[in-house]
This record gives sequence, C-alpha cells and structure tokens, in this order.
Amino acid sequence: MASENDAIAVTGAVPAGQAESERAGMDRRGFLKTLGAAGACALTAGHAAAAPAGPDEEPCGVLVDTTRCAGCRTCERVCAEAHGLPAPDESDDVMKVVRSPSERALTVVNRYETRAGEVFVKRQCMHCLLPACASACLTRAMFKTPEGPVVWREKKCMGCRFCMVSCPFEVPRFEYHSPVPRIVKCSLCWDRLKAGQRPACVENCPAEALVFGKRSQLLEEAQRRIQGSPETYVHQIYGEREVGGTSYLYLAAVPFDQLGFRADLGDTAYPLLTREFLYGVPVVLTLLPALLLAISNATKENQDPSHHEATHGRLDAHTGNRA
Amino acid sequence: MAVSTLTPGTALREAGGFLRFFLRELKPKGKLLTPFNLLSAPIMLLGVVLLVIRFARGLGAITNLSQDYPWGLWVGFDVITGVAFAGGAYVVTFMVYVLRQEKYHPIVRITVLNGLLAYVFYAGALLLDLGRPWKVVNPIIGNSFGVSSVMFLVAWHFLLYMLAEFIEFSPTVAEWVGRRRAARVLGSLTLGATIFGITLSTLHQSGLGALFLMAKSKIHPLWYSEFIPILFLVSSVFAGLSMVILEGTISRKVFGARMSPVHHTSHRGIVLGLSRVCAGTLFVYLFLKALVFIHGQQVPLLATPLGLWFLVEVAGFVLVPCVLFALAVRRESLALCRVAAAMTLVGIVLNRLNVSIVAFRWYDPVRYVPSWGEVVVTLTVIFAEIWVLRWVVERMPVLSEAPGWVSVVRAPVPATGHAELLKEA
Repeated sequence: MASENDAIAVTGAVPAGQAESERAGMDRRGFLKTLGAAGACALTAGHAAAAPAGPDEEPCGVLVDTTRCAGCRTCERVCAEAHGLPAPDESDDVMKVVRSPSERALTVVNRYETRAGEVFVKRQCMHCLLPACASACLTRAMFKTPEGPVVWREKKCMGCRFCMVSCPFEVPRFEYHSPVPRIVKCSLCWDRLKAGQRPACVENCPAEALVFGKRSQLLEEAQRRIQGSPETYVHQIYGEREVGGTSYLYLAAVPFDQLGFRADLGDTAYPLLTREFLYGVPVVLTLLPALLLAISNATKENQDPSHHEATHGRLDAHTGNRA
Repeated sequence: MAVSTLTPGTALREAGGFLRFFLRELKPKGKLLTPFNLLSAPIMLLGVVLLVIRFARGLGAITNLSQDYPWGLWVGFDVITGVAFAGGAYVVTFMVYVLRQEKYHPIVRITVLNGLLAYVFYAGALLLDLGRPWKVVNPIIGNSFGVSSVMFLVAWHFLLYMLAEFIEFSPTVAEWVGRRRAARVLGSLTLGATIFGITLSTLHQSGLGALFLMAKSKIHPLWYSEFIPILFLVSSVFAGLSMVILEGTISRKVFGARMSPVHHTSHRGIVLGLSRVCAGTLFVYLFLKALVFIHGQQVPLLATPLGLWFLVEVAGFVLVPCVLFALAVRRESLALCRVAAAMTLVGIVLNRLNVSIVAFRWYDPVRYVPSWGEVVVTLTVIFAEIWVLRWVVERMPVLSEAPGWVSVVRAPVPATGHAELLKEA
C-alpha cells in the first residue's frame, strides 16, 4: 500500500485533487482500480525524456477478471464516447454472435456459454510488450510507447495494412470506405493517461472487472486471486507469456480457448519471427557484392578476345574492359 | 554535339531537334486496330474509371478487401507474383555480366527492359493499394525509418532496384537518342549496377516471403515455414527464367521483323540453356519443399482438402515442369520447353496466391474472393505495361541492331539507327 502511494507521490504528475481524493477514499475498490500506478504511468508519459529508464518505466496495463464481468457493456459505451465513435447498439441481439473490435468500436464484450455458466469477455488491443504491428510498420506509425500503450500516429501511416496482416490478435482495423482512411484500434486511452486519468473503460466499470496499473503489480494481483480461490480460476493468466507478454491480462474460470482466445499463439514475441531474416540483410548487402565482383573478375580471364569480338557486337552494356 | 561546342544557339537548336524527334517517336507505329488493342483499350479505360472511384471513395468502393483480409489480389498477384516473374532480369544479368556467359547476351536488353517495366508497374501497383499513398515518401525521407520492418526493406529495395535496372537499360536509351558519349559512359556503369541489382534482388525476392513470417498464426502450416524467404528466392529464379522463355517466344512472333539476325540464330540455344537452369532450380526448390514438409511432420495434413490443393501445386506445377524441362533439354524440344515454362508460371501464381490469399486465414468460413473491379484494375496494370513495352521495343535498339556507331569493330552494316534521324531533324 505504501509503495503505491509512494509511486503517486514520487511521480507527482497526477492532479493534486485527484491524488488527494484517491488517498482519502482508498477503499479496496479504489485501490484495486488504481493499483497505485495510474499516476506513475501518466507521469512517465509526461517526463519520458527526462526520467532515466528504471522501475518507473515499467509498462502499465489492465487486468480483466472475466469472473467479475456482468456483461453490462458500459465499457463499450464509454469507450465510444471517449473516442468520438457512434454509440454501440445496446440491444441484446448483437451479443448473439461473437464480435471483434471494429473501426467503429474499439472494444466489444462477447458472451460465451460455458460449464461455468455465461462468461463475458471484453476484447480490445492487447498492447503487446513487443508488438508485431509496431515491428511491421515501415514508418513507425504504429508505435509502442515506453508506458505501455501501442498507439497509431496518423501523420506517419501510409496505409499498407502490414500491421493488420501481422497482428496475431487481428486488432488493427482499416477504414475501407474513406478516401482518407485511418487505422483504428484501442490506444489504452493514451490521451487520458497523459492527463493523469485512467482508461475510460476502467474508470467506468461498475463490476470491478477491470484493474489498471503497472503490469508487474497486475500480475501479482492476478496470482493472488488465483491462489486465493484456486477452484474459481483456471491457473493461467492469459497475456502473461503469450506472444512474449501483453499489457492486457486476463483471468477466467474456464480454459481460454473456450472464450475465443487462441491457445496456439506461442510464447515467442512476434518481432523475433523476422529477426533472423533482418539480421541477414546487412550480411548479404556487404558480402554478396564482393563475391559477385570476385566471380566477375575471375571469369574475365577466361574470355578469348577474338571469340568475344565476333559474338559480341555491342560496346554498350559491357563493362568497359574492352573499350 | 560535344559539350564544349555548346552555345546558347546550338543548344536551343538541339533541344528543338530533340523535341521534334521525340514527338515523332511518340506517334503510334503500325496498325491501331489490332485484336490486342481492341481488347486492352476498353479494359484500360474501365480500369482508369474504377481507379478514380477508388481514390474518391476509398478502397472498399471497388475491392472485396476486409478487416480479416487486408491484402488481396493487388498485393498477392500484382506485387508478389509480378515481382517473382520479373526475377529474370537479375538472373540473366548475373549469367551475362558476372559469369560472362556471352551466349545469353542477345536477350539482356529485352530482359532488363521487362524487369524494369515490371517493377515500375507491378511494384508501382502497390501505390493503388496503399490507403494513404500521399504518405509513401515517409519511409524514404523524413524521420520515420521503421528499420525493424521487412516492408521497409522491401520498399527501399524496390526503389533502388528500379534505379539499378534503369542504369542497366540506359545505354539503350542513349543509343536511341544518338548520344555516343552518354552511351559509353552509361555502359561503363553496367557491371556495378548489375552487382548492386543482384544483391538487392536476393534480398527483396526473399523479403517478399519474409512479409508473411509474422502471419504465423494465420497461414496454413503447409504453406507457412520459417524458410518462406528462401523458398521465395529460389522460386524467383525459375519464375523469372520461365517468363524470359515465354516472353522470347511471344517477342519472336510480335517483333520478329525488328529482330536482329543474332536474335533469330541464338534463340534455340538460349531457350535450351535457360531450360536447363530452370530444371536445376526447380529440383533444388522441390528438395527444399520436401525438407520443410518432412521436418514439419506434415504428412497427416495431406489428407485434407487443402492438403490435396498443396499436392496439386507442388506435384502438378513444380515436379511435373521440372521433369518436363529436363526432358525438353534432353530431346532439344523447344515446344516442350515452352509447355514446361507455362506450367512453371502457373505454379508460381498458385504458390504466391496460396501463401497470400488461399492459405491465409484458411480456417475462416468467410473467404476473400477478388471483386471484378480488382480484376479489371489488375488487367489494366498488365496491359499498360505491355503498351509501354511495345512502344519502347518498336523504337529503341532492344531487339534490333544497335546503331552502326556503337561498335567500331563490328562488320559494317547499314546504319539505320536513330542517330541519323536526329541529324535529319
């Protein structure tokens, strides 16, 4: 508890009023929702250049406890409001199919019938620690901030959609019906974080299903919950190791592959899949020309000049050794 | 024409002369109402209309691309298949300028021209597919170098390779406009441009495969492997050479009248020689495919519909053309060489489309099928390339003899080059 307050005090970027109120009303709920790190994350955002890399640089994230989610879809509504997107269809009909985040809804809640009853799962960008999309982006438009969020920068993007091809969670969406299209995805409310606020979905979750904080502390909290009621949870935190770790972490009562999560993604961070190839590039780029030049010089000697002149009528594209 | 004698007056006269020469060259040669023109012109017109709609209303207006299938025909065929087909240029220049196999010298110019135009049009087709093409300079200039991106490598290599190809082709342009000194200077750059071009090709042909390395969870295991880059590189060798073989056959029919005698006499030996290389590289490719297949323990997958489709691709359009090429070389049958080359090209189309479209999200019940608009635009790109190719071949000494002044040692032939045209003008 003290350490959390320290984090806020040290960072000091949280508006005084907010920090004060949080300290005053630090009941369990408030503690869990904040986990003391909102301020820390927000601060590093503002002072990233000045602050040396250290524990404060640790990325923040969100823990989603699907055993607590009641499926009220408040997160969908406030997310749309926070990002100026059309209000989601509130009827239950849309819950009958499994939806993905789209260019008009950055987060969606899906319902699954399982042996543990109805389970609701909020989906959005996972904010990978080593994101495939950012490594795929040739203009660095898709960018992993040191604070955790993976954000898209409009000024840089040329719309090649390689991020969409590469993302293992199929999160980035493209505006196909716009002449000035954007890539759209959850930014972990990057603008709100910089202003010292928590993501809109976390801020407004009435069921305490979402917790915002530093990733390491979220992992500890998740472990605590599993150990506290081992019969409630499957003993896995989705996102702890998947594709090298994600900033969004999930707890569930049933195996994750029954909740629309892919179990076959592996623990390797996706950028590592292209690393060997990219390491080979400078090697080829420096060694191959030398080799080719050597072969070219070696074969030059074998040329019989008289034969050469007879068959080869052009000076043009020749190497000039004959001129 | 020497630089030292240039005064404002002569410069003006010369510029005017060149303009008249160029305008005269711009006019179409030959009949306008050929079957090819009658077929291609309306399609190209329609394609231009579709492209206007595409840029006015977004990619979704004329394509079937979706959030799940961000890349379709324009990337999978135009760019990824088209660039494999253009691989002939780096292989042939390697054989002629590095290995100095003079036997293949007659086809260098047409092959390099084909390669250059293929890159300009097919890699250029990427611009049509970009959502925000006005930002295309970002990875080239500015402070947005995404060096961890395979796409960054591919983009730079496309650009640099086009430059290298243009340098390789530039002596032909200099001969066309009658610039002796320029032709000599540009010709001396050829070896450097060739070596640079081969290196770039090695990296971006494999780079096109490496684009799919991060789609690991989406591509069917029969088509995904960490060796995609190597498979793409090796297959670009026989893809490019098969294209050269077929293109040579078509050129003899279409441009036969313009062809120099050396072209006609060397054709047979060249086709048989290239076929031998194709047979060899197809075998290497098959061997690599088998290694990946066995190492991945993928035998059970063959008994699925996509497994059969995989067999069609590998047995039907890699193994069979490999055997056919070998037979054709043995029997010295040009007809069989052409059949094998055509089958090889079909196999390349299958492979590239399988990796980028068919095996991509193979588990998804909703499949991407290109819209008619995408097909028309693809045809437009292909036809536009052929129109430009024809224009160049009809005018520049690509297949025809170079102007008489080019080689001092050559036996005297009537100088029909454009240098004389320029002098008249």
